[in-house]
Amino acid sequence: MKHESVETNAGLLIILTLAVISIGGLVEIVPLFYINDTIEEVEGVRPYTPLEQRGRDLYVREGCYTCHSQMVRPFRDEMLRYGHYSLAAESQFDHPFQWGSKRTGPDLARVGGKYSNEWQVQHLIQPKSLVPESIMPGYPWLAANRLDYSDIEQRMIALKRVGVPYSINQEEFEANVERFGEDVAVMLDINRAEENLIAQAQRENFDGDRAFISEMDAMVAYLQVLGTMVDFNEYSAGHFAEFR
Amino acid sequence: MSTNENPSKKPGQVETTGHVWDSNLQEYNNPLPRWWLWGFYATVVFALVYWVLYPAWPVGGSFTKGLNTITFMQDGEEVTTHWNTRSLFAREMQSGKQAVRQREMLEQVGAMDYETLLADVEAMSFVNAYAKGAFGTWCAACHQTGGGGVIGQYPNLRDDHWLWGGTAEQIEETLVLGRIGYMPGYRESLDGQQLEQVASYVLSLNGFAMNDVDVAAGGEIFNGYLGGCYQCHGVDAAGLASLGAPNLSNNIWGLVDVPGAANDEERVARVARFVHQGVQRHMPAFADRLSPAEIRVLSAYVHSLGGGQ
Ligand code: HEC
Ligand code: HEC
Ligand code: HEC
Repeated sequence: MKHESVETNAGLLIILTLAVISIGGLVEIVPLFYINDTIEEVEGVRPYTPLEQRGRDLYVREGCYTCHSQMVRPFRDEMLRYGHYSLAAESQFDHPFQWGSKRTGPDLARVGGKYSNEWQVQHLIQPKSLVPESIMPGYPWLAANRLDYSDIEQRMIALKRVGVPYSINQEEFEANVERFGEDVAVMLDINRAEENLIAQAQRENFDGDRAFISEMDAMVAYLQVLGTMVDFNEYSAGHFAEFR
Repeated sequence: MSTNENPSKKPGQVETTGHVWDSNLQEYNNPLPRWWLWGFYATVVFALVYWVLYPAWPVGGSFTKGLNTITFMQDGEEVTTHWNTRSLFAREMQSGKQAVRQREMLEQVGAMDYETLLADVEAMSFVNAYAKGAFGTWCAACHQTGGGGVIGQYPNLRDDHWLWGGTAEQIEETLVLGRIGYMPGYRESLDGQQLEQVASYVLSLNGFAMNDVDVAAGGEIFNGYLGGCYQCHGVDAAGLASLGAPNLSNNIWGLVDVPGAANDEERVARVARFVHQGVQRHMPAFADRLSPAEIRVLSAYVHSLGGGQ
């Protein structure tokens, strides 16, 4: 093909340009889908409960990812500050994942359990009341808004389509019992989603008001589970290196 | 260009590519600068070397691992793997200069008892340096930078007024187990007047001049069956560390903002409101997040902030 005929034909030029620049992306991304050990074998990682999943949706809605990453890199200083580096397995049920590289605020991949629920609630309402030098904006409406969970089943079905093992029939439920244990499997049952969501919000009472299920309940439920699923004491220093 | 002549034909000028648009619009064919071209060849050579040394090309379900290797210790045995960031990290944590030095110091400090540690100037300078970062990461969000706390929410760690005790061992226990500070609210068992009386009594213990009749009645509530405050705070109101109940007679206030009140009336109202509502606060446990040596470092640090006993 002659140079001139490409340059004078805008449509062809666009197609060929796209083809050339996608090579780099394809070579880097495609193999991750079929290389055998991209995702580590590790105990404890499970899909989010309905309440946590709603919290995650709110996290995305509010754009928390514009300031917070969720991936601890394998460097010494990161480990000293945040804890064990993140595993691919830990975000295997995240759609979309929240890894990111923009860190205006600290990484949140292991923030679960770091603070009390009361702290999280107050910090989200008014960060400066706890961290005077903070530049994080407040999200007071999370505490005031009633959580909308009318479509929780549809949300779980959508996630199921992209591979999250929520169960909808007896067979899938039993597979989950096998894989995650009875207690977790119950939480992953789409048919019981609403009931489970309400029960968790009332039992753990994240926002201090048992009767009112607020968006805050969901957000704090999500924050408090981040990075807590894997017990790293069970694995030795080099275990995860085997998967690279 | 204001000239209509074909620039390629002009002597001493650069050639064009020969493409012509709109009858006279042409494109110069400038050669790339030499240094740029050599730079480009160099990146090609770099890529070739990189492919040989490092993980590079996907092949089937695996990939070319490269010749470069990393050796580190696992469960007491040496393992050698192809180069990857996780092994690099494991090696760095095991034998990197700074990591080794830090681990040695942590081990040294972790093995000392508190009495020796607090008296050892060199060890304490490590404690201060290490704890500054660790406190900022794990504690400052609640206890504030420097440990000054927030009245009504998070205790001040710089003074000698303690809920759970201020010896280094007690502080360590606080960090390892976490604490739940709980005082029940007197919503039904005391009425408005009784709340004011018991508040007057408590304030009188702290040097405020209160109405004698109220103080006497409040004292009976505090030390009697009705209030039962003494069961947690002690008969002399000196506090009980095993329950996290504070001393109520030293005029140091962690929950009720008495210093911020303008007059006696407001002080009584604030204490009364607090007793009416009660409180529950939660200090997280750190045993799972910090190593025993790190907890020792932080305990020694908090102890040395000013109020250690
Ligand atoms: C403008 C940038 C910005 C946005 C947007 C933002 N944050 Fe933050 N966040 C920060 C900064 C800066 C800090 C550190 C200071 C502080 O603790 O307030 C922080 C701290 C935090 C912490 C404490 C982390 C730790 O380890 O101490 C949490 C949890 C958090 N943010 C959650 C959120 C959530 C949830 C959202 C979305 C609702 C959000 N942030 C949105 C900037 C931001
Ligand atoms: C989520 C907020 C939070 C974080 C994070 C936190 N604390 Fe606390 N801490 C509290 C609260 C609340 C109390 C009071 C508990 C009570 O009411 O008895 C407390 C109590 C304490 C006490 C006991 C004080 C006394 O008077 O006896 C010490 C010591 C202490 N914290 C040290 C630390 C250290 C060191 C860290 C960091 C490793 C830390 N705290 C992290 C909230 C927090
Ligand atoms: C079950 C034990 C218990 C009983 C009974 C109890 N308290 Fe308390 N009280 C506590 C604890 C624990 C705290 C500290 C709470 C915390 O740190 O979260 C406290 C805190 C206080 C404070 C706040 C002190 C400050 O530093 O601001 C006051 C005032 C107080 N109590 C008064 C009373 C009075 C008056 C009564 C009786 C009517 C009473 N308490 C009964 C356990 C008790």
